[in-house]
Amino acid sequence: MRGRRAISGWLVVLVALHACVLFAGFFAPYDPTEQDRGRPYLPPMRLHFLDNRGHFHARPFAYALKLAEGSFDQYEEDTRRALPLKFMVRGANYRLLGLLPSRLHLFGAENERIYLLGSDAYGRDQLSRFLYGGRVSLFAGLLGAGVTVLLGLCVGAAAGYYGGWRDDLLMRLAELFLALPWLYLLFALRAFLPLAVGPLEAFFLIVAVLGAVGWARPARLVRGVVLSAKERDFVRAARGFGATDGYLLRRHILPATSSVLLTQAAILVPQFILAEMTLSFLGLGVPEPVPSWGNLLSSLQQYSVLVSYWWMYLPALIMLPFFLGYLGLGSELQERAEPYKIER
Amino acid sequence: MRYLLRRSAHAAFLLLGVSLLAFAFTVLAPGSYFDEMRLNPQIAPETIVALRSRYELDRPLPVRYVHWVISLAHGDMGFSFAYNTPVAPLLLVRARNTLLLTVTVMLLAWGIALPLGIWSADHLGRLPDRLLSWGTAALLVIPDLVLALGLLVIAVKMGRLPTGGMVSLNFENLSFLGKTRDLLLHMALPVAALVLSVLPLLVRHVRAAVAEVLLAPFLLAAEGHGIPRRTLLYRYALPAAANPLVALFGFSIGTLLSGSLLIEVVMSWPGLGPFLLEAILARDIYVVIGGVLLSTLFLVGGNFLADLLLYWADPRIRTETGA
Repeated sequence: MRGRRAISGWLVVLVALHACVLFAGFFAPYDPTEQDRGRPYLPPMRLHFLDNRGHFHARPFAYALKLAEGSFDQYEEDTRRALPLKFMVRGANYRLLGLLPSRLHLFGAENERIYLLGSDAYGRDQLSRFLYGGRVSLFAGLLGAGVTVLLGLCVGAAAGYYGGWRDDLLMRLAELFLALPWLYLLFALRAFLPLAVGPLEAFFLIVAVLGAVGWARPARLVRGVVLSAKERDFVRAARGFGATDGYLLRRHILPATSSVLLTQAAILVPQFILAEMTLSFLGLGVPEPVPSWGNLLSSLQQYSVLVSYWWMYLPALIMLPFFLGYLGLGSELQERAEPYKIER
Repeated sequence: MRYLLRRSAHAAFLLLGVSLLAFAFTVLAPGSYFDEMRLNPQIAPETIVALRSRYELDRPLPVRYVHWVISLAHGDMGFSFAYNTPVAPLLLVRARNTLLLTVTVMLLAWGIALPLGIWSADHLGRLPDRLLSWGTAALLVIPDLVLALGLLVIAVKMGRLPTGGMVSLNFENLSFLGKTRDLLLHMALPVAALVLSVLPLLVRHVRAAVAEVLLAPFLLAAEGHGIPRRTLLYRYALPAAANPLVALFGFSIGTLLSGSLLIEVVMSWPGLGPFLLEAILARDIYVVIGGVLLSTLFLVGGNFLADLLLYWADPRIRTETGA
C-alpha cells in the first residue's frame, strides 16, 4: 500500500522548494529590481568545468558575454574573461524574511554580474526575479486557498448543520458560483475592483478575489460531511447530554471535515497560483517592478521577444516542479481519503 | 419529461441568478468608463454628468437592472461605452469565434480521449497503461499558460504555423479552399493547446470509469460467452460507464471555456477572451456583464446537452417519475 507513510515525500519536496522562494534574498544573487541598462536580454550564461584549452576546473565558471561582431543584440562568450562562481559572497542588501538585514548570497561572481537565466529588457537578473516572484505567486496561492477553505468551511458547516432555509439559500448561491467558468468569474470579480493599485494592495486584492471565487466547491463538500456527521450516534448522544451547538461543531463535527479540507487545499493552491499568474500576466494583477511569476512571463506577449529571446520562457519551465509537487500531494491525500478508488 | 422540465427550470434560474450577481458587483465597482474624461480639460464636467445620466449610471441599481432586462429582450444586452453601439452584436461575433474554437476542441478531445481511455482501462496496470498514466500526469502538471507559451515558442522556432490571429491579411482574396486552409492553419495552435490542456483530465476519467465497469460480474459473464473484446468494450462497457462520463462532459465545458479565455488572449484569437479583457481595462461594464452571462449560457447550454445525453443513455432516469 503506497502513501501510508507518516510524512509524504511530496510534502518534503514542496517545503524545500518553498524554502528556496521564502529565503529568496539568500538564494537569489541580486536584487530583483536592480537594473543593468547596458545589458538587455542577455542570454543565460552557461556554467563550464572545462576551459577552452580542455583544462578541468573544480570550481564551475561562466564566460563573460560580449556583443558579437557587427551586431547589437547577439552576444557571444568572451573566452578570455572567465567568471568563476563564488559561494557565500557578499552582495546586495536584503532582509531575510523581511526582518534580518543581511548581505550574504549563496553564489555570485566577482567584478561582473552572472546571469544564469539571462536578463530581461532592463538587464534585471531573471533568476533573482523568478525567486522573488515566487513569493508573490506562491503566497497568493497559499493565502487564497486558506481563505477559500475557511470560507467554505464556515458556509458548508452553517448550511449542513442548521439546514432548512439557510441550507437552501447558501447552496443555491454556491450553485451560482459553480455555474460560471472560473476564469470568467475571476475576470468579472477583478473587473469591478480598482485597476491601478500598488503592489501590496494588488496582492491582497488578488487573495480576496481568489477566496471569493473558490469557496463553493469546498462548501458543498463540507456540507455533505457535516450532514452525515451530525447524525452519527455519538453526536446524537452528546446532544442528548445537553451539548451546545458550538461544542458539537467544534468537538465532534468539524474534525470530520479535516481530510476533505486538506485535499481541497492541496488541489486549490496550484490552481490559485496559476490564477494569480494569469491575472498578472494579463496586467490585472501585481504590477511591475515587483516581480511575480505572471508578469515575468508577460514579456512573451510581444512577438519580438518570442522570436528573439526564447530564454524568457525558461522561468515557466522552472515552475513545473512546484506544480508537480502540489499535484502529487493532492493525489496522495485523495488516495488516503479513499484508498480503494481507482486512481484518476 | 418532468426530468427535462426540471433541468431547464434550473438552467433559467442559474442565468437569472448570474445576471443579478453580476449587477450586484457593479455597485462595488469604483469608477466608471467616464472617469478618464475627468482628466481631460477639454471636456466640461457638465458633459460628463450629462453622459452619466444618459447612460443611467446615476440611477439606482434596480432601475438599471430592469432597463437592462428590457434591453436584453430587445436583443441589445445594454450599451457599450467604448464602441458606442449595443453590446449584443459585438459579443456575438466574438462568441462565434470562441464557439468555433471550443466546439472543435471538444470534438477532438473526446474523440481522442474515449478510445485512449478505454484502451488504457483494458490494459489496466500493464506497461502501456502505466506509460499513458505517466504521460497524462505530466500533461496535467503543465499549466495552460505555460503550455500555450511553450507551443508558441516552438511554433516560432519552426516558423511553419501562424502564431496569432484567426485569418491572414489576404484572407478575402482567397478561394474557398484557400480560406478553409488558412483558417485551419490559424486554428492549429490554439486548438492544440486547448486539446492538450483538457485531454489528460478526460483520459483519466474515462479510464477510471471504464475500469470500474470492467470488474462488474455481467461483463465477466459476457466475456465467458465469447463476445469479441471490441464489442465487449464499446457496446457493453462504455454505455454502462456513461453516467459519470456525461457528468464529466458538462464539467469539461466549464474548464474548456476558462482555458479558451486565456489561450485566446495568448494566441490573439479574436474571441471573447481578448474582448473581455479590453472591456475590463476600459471599465465597459455592460460588455463585461454580457460576456460573463454569455459564458454562463454556454456552460448551462452544455450542461443541458449533457442532461439530454444522460436521459438518452441512462434508462433509470427515463423511468424515474420525478423526485
